Amino acid sequence: MTPVALGTASTGASALWYATRAFGVVALMLLTGTVILGIAGSARFATAGLPRVVTAGLHRNLSLLVLALVALHVLTTVADGYAPIGLASAVVPFDSAYRGLWLGLGTVAFDMLLAVALTSLLRDRLSYRAWRCVHWLAYACWPVALWHSLGTGTDSKLPWLLAIEALCVASVVVAVWWRLSLAAPGPGRTAAIAGTVLVPLATGIFVYVGPLQPHWAERAGTPATLLHPTTRPGPVGLVTPAGPGGDRPGHDVTARLTLRPRGSK
Amino acid sequence: MAVRQRLRWDPTACTGHGLCADLLPERIELDEWGFPVITGDVPPGLARHARRAVRACPALALQLERAGQDPGGRAGHRAHHG
Amino acid sequence: MTQHPGSPGWSGRPMGHERLTIGWLQAVRPASLREHHDVYGPLPAARQQSPQDLLDAIAAARLTGRGGAGFPTATKMRAVAGRRGPAVVVANGVESEPASQKDEALLARAPHLVLDGALLAARAVGASIVHLCLDRTRDRQAHAVLRAISEREQAGLGKVAMVTHGLPHRYVASEETSLIRWLNGGEARPTTVPPRPFEQGVGRRPTLVDNVETLAHVALIARYGPDWFGQAGHPDTPGTMLITASGAVGCPGVYEIEAGTLVGDVLAMCDGNSQDDAVLIGGYFGTWHAARDLAHLPLSAPGLRGAGASPGAGVIFALPPDRCGLAETARILSFLASQGAQQCGPCMFGLPAVTDDFALLARGRPDRDVLDRLDRRLGSITGRGACRHPDGAVRMAASALAAFASDARAHAAGRPCRGAQRRGSQAAHPRIPVPAASTAPWTEEQWR
Repeated sequence: MTPVALGTASTGASALWYATRAFGVVALMLLTGTVILGIAGSARFATAGLPRVVTAGLHRNLSLLVLALVALHVLTTVADGYAPIGLASAVVPFDSAYRGLWLGLGTVAFDMLLAVALTSLLRDRLSYRAWRCVHWLAYACWPVALWHSLGTGTDSKLPWLLAIEALCVASVVVAVWWRLSLAAPGPGRTAAIAGTVLVPLATGIFVYVGPLQPHWAERAGTPATLLHPTTRPGPVGLVTPAGPGGDRPGHDVTARLTLRPRGSK
Repeated sequence: MAVRQRLRWDPTACTGHGLCADLLPERIELDEWGFPVITGDVPPGLARHARRAVRACPALALQLERAGQDPGGRAGHRAHHG
Repeated sequence: MTQHPGSPGWSGRPMGHERLTIGWLQAVRPASLREHHDVYGPLPAARQQSPQDLLDAIAAARLTGRGGAGFPTATKMRAVAGRRGPAVVVANGVESEPASQKDEALLARAPHLVLDGALLAARAVGASIVHLCLDRTRDRQAHAVLRAISEREQAGLGKVAMVTHGLPHRYVASEETSLIRWLNGGEARPTTVPPRPFEQGVGRRPTLVDNVETLAHVALIARYGPDWFGQAGHPDTPGTMLITASGAVGCPGVYEIEAGTLVGDVLAMCDGNSQDDAVLIGGYFGTWHAARDLAHLPLSAPGLRGAGASPGAGVIFALPPDRCGLAETARILSFLASQGAQQCGPCMFGLPAVTDDFALLARGRPDRDVLDRLDRRLGSITGRGACRHPDGAVRMAASALAAFASDARAHAAGRPCRGAQRRGSQAAHPRIPVPAASTAPWTEEQWR
């Protein structure tokens, strides 16, 4: 019998794969918003229309929404069994066979987000200093999530996605600069300014030599079986790699879909 | 049970964020430097808002306690040089 | 004539008001252990005087603390003695009040009186260690105290360990909770958090904190008894006390007076003027008054209470007639504002704001609202800090506005005050001693 055609099975797989990418990107955008709101809070930003309680409340609620979206992002990835990613990879970093490093970064970011959220929910039982220490992880969580999205994501070459990510980076950098302008000069401030220059720079360089170059999927650690599938069908249908630079069809604008049903010539 | 509660703030932890005054303007005002002035006890009707104000403080500097409790450290201090 | 061993008619115990200060005028160095025993006799042995006996004697003598707060000493000691576990005694010789020198004089002349008192206090409350807290900028004082301690160790006096400590030179460092926090390894800053020292202080043990002069009086009460103690002083305020007189007095310095001596007599004793001058009573946290308002009142806590004053640690500064009280107050406030622990907003921002207003007022170029603004701000700062530092500063400032009300009105209207009017007609008198305010911001390590 012919292998399952691209029809329903792969549409179902693609739907989950689309969903996970969508959840991921939206989560990243909302995480950016959360970080900016947090910075506004630390800078005591308030206007008549946006009092402190509103920025603080938005920051908190948005962060919970991000958590929910990331959970969905993880669940849809695991449910879509195309890539060999197990549920454990959600919290155990660098555990996955699929793009171990880049996926692992996502795990790390998620772990940090969980730590920040949990300590915030249990604030009255912790010392202020302990809570504050963990909360500062947020400044690490956000770039790690960004690198995860650029390294793991299959959309990393798409101009609109790169534009979104660039906008996220720019808005966080501007917010941090504004916050630093209110701080006293000192080694801490200098280090922070250096960070706001180095992190976007490193990210840009990475994007240029990584996802934007050919064979990124391979270099990123996509398992060989997904890069060059054999003639037997995969678990949810037979799909083949498209052109260079991608390992999943359907979105890569340079990819071409070829279908090789079994037994064809 | 209707019990009056009292607000207490830790001046060493407070850094003048001012969320407490936003959430409980009936009992908390800010002085000219942004630090809270507590203007009265919390009747049962305002208890919920007072609890929100306590939770909202970024520095965890606000506390709610039963009125009539020994204030503890603050009242026990003097300019005590021995 | 001073009664002392060797003089005819020596009754075996100090008579009159000279008790702590016997031999001070002649001394050129601290009294040695032998000299100390020659004057006062030996310390009562532990087997002759139980801790309970000592506590009862101090209670019967009605000794009150000489560090400024005037709390009954026996009550404090009993509170510590009543707790379980070994206690700790802290002898407070830091004396961060710039206008006070009595503790420094006591430690420089009669350290053994203080050490006797510390040992006795340790026996009374069941402590095994005494921490002597001194200002770390006073090297000679530290040497003298250490020498005295080693003399006692060689003589085998007492089984209580005595450790000296040098604390940072800051105004709030001598506060009770600052000492304990510092001894526990922290900064010399006051704390808000309970427990109180007598419950859990140094090393979480019940802790007795006493001023060094208080301990010196304990040393004499243990020897001569509570009845002897009450032979000097006033029925309400028995005993003697050390005071520091400075400013427009002919003979500034440290004096021992009977508690309850009239303020006018005290000023006369140090050649001051109790008619024309103003006085600051109680140190930087004290209050300003016209000297003639207080001249007929006893220099004691109950005696001055009605006038809204307190002797504090026995500090009297007489304002010279050619000095403006508001200008002096501005100088003091500037010092106090820089000396706060920088922990609490109302103090950190309020005191400098009030200082600026006072400086404007003193210079005679204030804006129209300065007096109203001062009233408002002074009212809003009190009671809103972790310690009483801002409260003390505010109280002093408010008393200045009351005592120099006519000068304040003159300044506010741009007219010169009486001080300026008399300048040049009298010899320049010293201003109130205020340490030069450091312009560099205090760094964290200066608190430790």
